[in-house]
Amino acid sequence: MAMTREELTRQMQQVIPLLKHCAVLGIKVLDVDAGKLSLELPYSEFIIGNPDTGVIHGGPLTTLMDTACGFAAIAALDEFVLAPTLDLRIDYMRAADPGKSVIGDAEVYRVSSNVIFARGIAYHNEEKDQPIAHCTATFMRLDPDVRKDNRVENNSAKNKIEKMSGES
Amino acid sequence: MDLHELMVQARENRNFQDLISAVPYARLIGMSCFNLGEELVFILPENSDNIGNPTLPAIHGGVIGGFMENAAIFQVLGNIETNRIPKVVDFSLDYLRPGRFQDTFATCEVVRQGRKVVNVSVSAWQVRRNEPIANARTHLLL
Repeated sequence: MAMTREELTRQMQQVIPLLKHCAVLGIKVLDVDAGKLSLELPYSEFIIGNPDTGVIHGGPLTTLMDTACGFAAIAALDEFVLAPTLDLRIDYMRAADPGKSVIGDAEVYRVSSNVIFARGIAYHNEEKDQPIAHCTATFMRLDPDVRKDNRVENNSAKNKIEKMSGES
Repeated sequence: MDLHELMVQARENRNFQDLISAVPYARLIGMSCFNLGEELVFILPENSDNIGNPTLPAIHGGVIGGFMENAAIFQVLGNIETNRIPKVVDFSLDYLRPGRFQDTFATCEVVRQGRKVVNVSVSAWQVRRNEPIANARTHLLL
């Protein structure tokens, strides 16, 4: 992708909070590079899965990793186009610690003509050697005619998405 | 009432609503459940907080996953006498159609129940049951 790391990061920081559920969970963009993306999911009471232990549910982790892999896929392309998720698999290594935020790192390891392959891990800061979850996901590259409607201009990502959501 | 009591009560009465409401994440996405004969049908109501793609608009794929994961957990709690919330070992999800901004339903099938691990298949749909928006399979540790 032609954009610099800073431009990419800035763009993702504008676009990802427009995904309402990501905003609800408070997901933050930490870093972006070509085909790579790092997000943070803060701990909060309302994402708890086990009220006895305070451990967060797998659902918000799925959202974290789907978003991380999906936008890493976008960051691997030459233009900013949404790529729908084909499938996603999460392996849970251990429970997340209550009270700690979770970082989700994703990277694209293959871009074929039709499909983008991504993988990622979720972990607590400074505990990357003890991952909470591993994830692999595949994304569909849209055909050029469909892409036109899903393209987000580099310098006006926010406007474009807002405009598109207004049209529907 | 603690979680264990809620589990016993849900199994006895075949009513999972109180148990579902005890899980904060299930409340966040607005999940509920009803009985269709002996079958449990889980519902994810239309809720703007669950939107991922503002363009279509569509439900965030992660919410669909979280909803289906929860459905599998409650189904296992309904089928099996256990005192603990089962742990998800892995979860694999195929997205088949866009999850439009409307009510979503899910049903589960316990495919195989071993001594420690249960294999569950989950299907989610919006318009018709035979047009699923997503299928999932998961292994839960008892």
